[in-house]
Amino acid sequence: MISLAGRDILHGWGRFLLTGVGLGLLIGVTLSMAGIYRGMVDDANVLIDSSGADLWVVQQGTLGPYAEPSSIYEDTYRGIRGMQGVARAANVTYLTMQVRHAESDVRAMVVGVVPGGAGEPGQPGFLIAGHHLSGSRYEVVADGKAGFALDDVVTIRRNRYRVVGLTRRMVSSGGDPMLFIPLKEAQQAQFLKDNDALLQQRRRTEANPLFNRPAVPGLLEAVIASQTTNSFVNAVLVQLKPGYDPEVAAENIQRWKRLQVYTRSQMRTILVDKLIATSAKQIGMFLVILSIVSAAIVAFIIYTMTMAKIREIAVLKLIGTKNRVIASMILQQAVGLGAIGFVVGKIAATLWSPFFPRYVLLEPGDAIRGFLAVMVISVMASILAITAALKVDPAEAIGG
Amino acid sequence: MKMKAVNKKMVGLFAVLLPLLVLFFYVALRSGPLAPVPVTVVTVEKKQISPVLFGIGTLEARYVYRIGSVASGRVKLITVDVGDVVHAGQVVGEIDPVDLDERMNAQLSVIKRSEAQIRSTEAQLRDAAARKKFTGGQETRYRLLLSARAVSAESVEAKHQEAEIARASASAAEAGVSAARQELASLKAEYQGLVKQRHTLLLVAPVDGLVTARQAEQGNTVLAGQTIIEMINPRSLWIDVRFDQLQSAGLNAALPARITLRSQPGHSFSGMVKRVEPLADRITEEILAKVLFTVVPEPLPPVGELCEVTVSLPPLPAFPVVPDASLHRVDGRLGVWIVEHSGLRFVEVRTGMADRDGNLQILGGLQAGARVVVYSKSALHAGSRISILNHNSKEGIQ
Repeated sequence: MISLAGRDILHGWGRFLLTGVGLGLLIGVTLSMAGIYRGMVDDANVLIDSSGADLWVVQQGTLGPYAEPSSIYEDTYRGIRGMQGVARAANVTYLTMQVRHAESDVRAMVVGVVPGGAGEPGQPGFLIAGHHLSGSRYEVVADGKAGFALDDVVTIRRNRYRVVGLTRRMVSSGGDPMLFIPLKEAQQAQFLKDNDALLQQRRRTEANPLFNRPAVPGLLEAVIASQTTNSFVNAVLVQLKPGYDPEVAAENIQRWKRLQVYTRSQMRTILVDKLIATSAKQIGMFLVILSIVSAAIVAFIIYTMTMAKIREIAVLKLIGTKNRVIASMILQQAVGLGAIGFVVGKIAATLWSPFFPRYVLLEPGDAIRGFLAVMVISVMASILAITAALKVDPAEAIGG
Repeated sequence: MKMKAVNKKMVGLFAVLLPLLVLFFYVALRSGPLAPVPVTVVTVEKKQISPVLFGIGTLEARYVYRIGSVASGRVKLITVDVGDVVHAGQVVGEIDPVDLDERMNAQLSVIKRSEAQIRSTEAQLRDAAARKKFTGGQETRYRLLLSARAVSAESVEAKHQEAEIARASASAAEAGVSAARQELASLKAEYQGLVKQRHTLLLVAPVDGLVTARQAEQGNTVLAGQTIIEMINPRSLWIDVRFDQLQSAGLNAALPARITLRSQPGHSFSGMVKRVEPLADRITEEILAKVLFTVVPEPLPPVGELCEVTVSLPPLPAFPVVPDASLHRVDGRLGVWIVEHSGLRFVEVRTGMADRDGNLQILGGLQAGARVVVYSKSALHAGSRISILNHNSKEGIQ
């Protein structure tokens, strides 16, 4: 049996292919859009997983440290470390700021971690070059997205840091690359004012007769020293001993330490449902529109392709071809076009995804769902064309 | 002819579709979660490492001299300024003595009067001694005359009385001289006291040194104990260093150190740990230590400048060593991924010390010769497919 669809495609294969490629690029955009959404969610998950924490201890009544500012005393971790079930507890600070490098600056999230070595809470999970913070001061491990190379020197506030390690996929919920620096310097960076502001502050303190008392030598110096220290951190990351229920441990810390504690699942809810919810909805809406547009375009293409050969269809009908054969021809073409479109789309989306500024995650599940959607849309779209083709009067073959 | 045309078209169609399909399967397998994770691998070697401790501190003077007045008063004079080199004993300033000089002059007059008094009492003593001698002679003579019955007993009695009176006067005169001399000594001592008091109003450099602060000016009123001039001994510069307690194992006195001043980042000075303080900082969780320069830099760096101090520890015994980037925590266990037959296995390890370049000692769980994953393009798990990039690469995966 001769495949009518195959013969028709072969007849104008160049045009058919080009149409498929065009459709494919559109599908590629749709797949990328899904990938962008998946990437955002995955970034949030990586943020949670890479911190290595089972519990986040933050200031009471806040959604910190990622979604809201939180500050707790730096020695709080000592008490937490002594709680039942806690294996490790480490202070951490987060600060989003501009980091100067050579002539330009990069927006980055500076993470202050206790330089306790790899595997400690807060440390980057894996590296792609260099080494972890080795306990030296003024070292930084940077995410590759920041664009730094090993041994580059970057300026954070008034100090210069040497890049000793590079990592990947360590970004904030806003997509800013993370820079890991030792905790003490991060604490300073968080609260360190510029020199002019410090001078102003000193002058003000000196002018205050309460602090500048001639009869109490040393009081002024003590007051000034106390103004420039920072004994706060943003959160304590807690790792639990195996076998302990995070909910119970969180409940204990919350109850006895009067602090807010989040478990992994709660933190995921905060990040995914609260922090990126609006952007996710935005992308979701765009994805829906894009899918509708793609479906409409597929339908129109099939329809115009069918209409272009309406005379041939009339001839087929005239010579007594069954409706089933004509319908199957249109359906096969539509499905073929969809298949080519999907293949091209998947290739295109994969090839251009590394060039996006934020991570794009193309999941195989999404690809399969996308394939099914394309097939369904193609079939649905062909129904319009089939209806039009079956309605054609065979007399048109000779009448026109 | 027609069949040929159809075949040609079919070939053309497949010439496009086939590479497209091949590319499709390639991207499906080489990207996304199905793709193998590129990793670099290193072979574990047994070697010595020399850990380095890193501290930060400020340049301080070991001896700081704060010169002030012992009594409240007004500053009369300051003779030195910040940056001046002064010598031990040099007068650097003076507190206004108010009436102290006048009181000293008065005291001097009193002393002179007292000396005149002594001379007067001495004259009285001489007078009394002369009379005592004469009356004594008279008495002796009259006693001889009485024995020859030439004079009456009454006359002898009278002479005896005169002699007694003269002796008493002499004793009194002697006592008067002694009292006058004691008074002079007392007055002189009082005068010396005033002189010393006058000296305490002078601000004197206790040692050779450098003036670092001038905190009062001529005419200022200062309290007792308030610092007027601050000076240091520039030979006694040291660095007050703080080491994070987590990274301070092995810190001891006499270890060699390298010192980098913030103002001279490209240059480092050699030094030595003088002592590790017996008290650590409870709040900042740091160990405190003092580090001395081997040779004090010239010109002197300003006191209070920020310094970085690197202390080299002696080399440790040889152990299997891995880069710290290969260490991961999986399910609460600390270990490394080792490559076996192109598959991955997680091995729990016990870690020791690390050096500055991130080389980490493995005290247990891993033998030399094992192949360990160092860098990976994403987090690894037991089922990860990997593709090994160039072996022993220190460059990483860019």
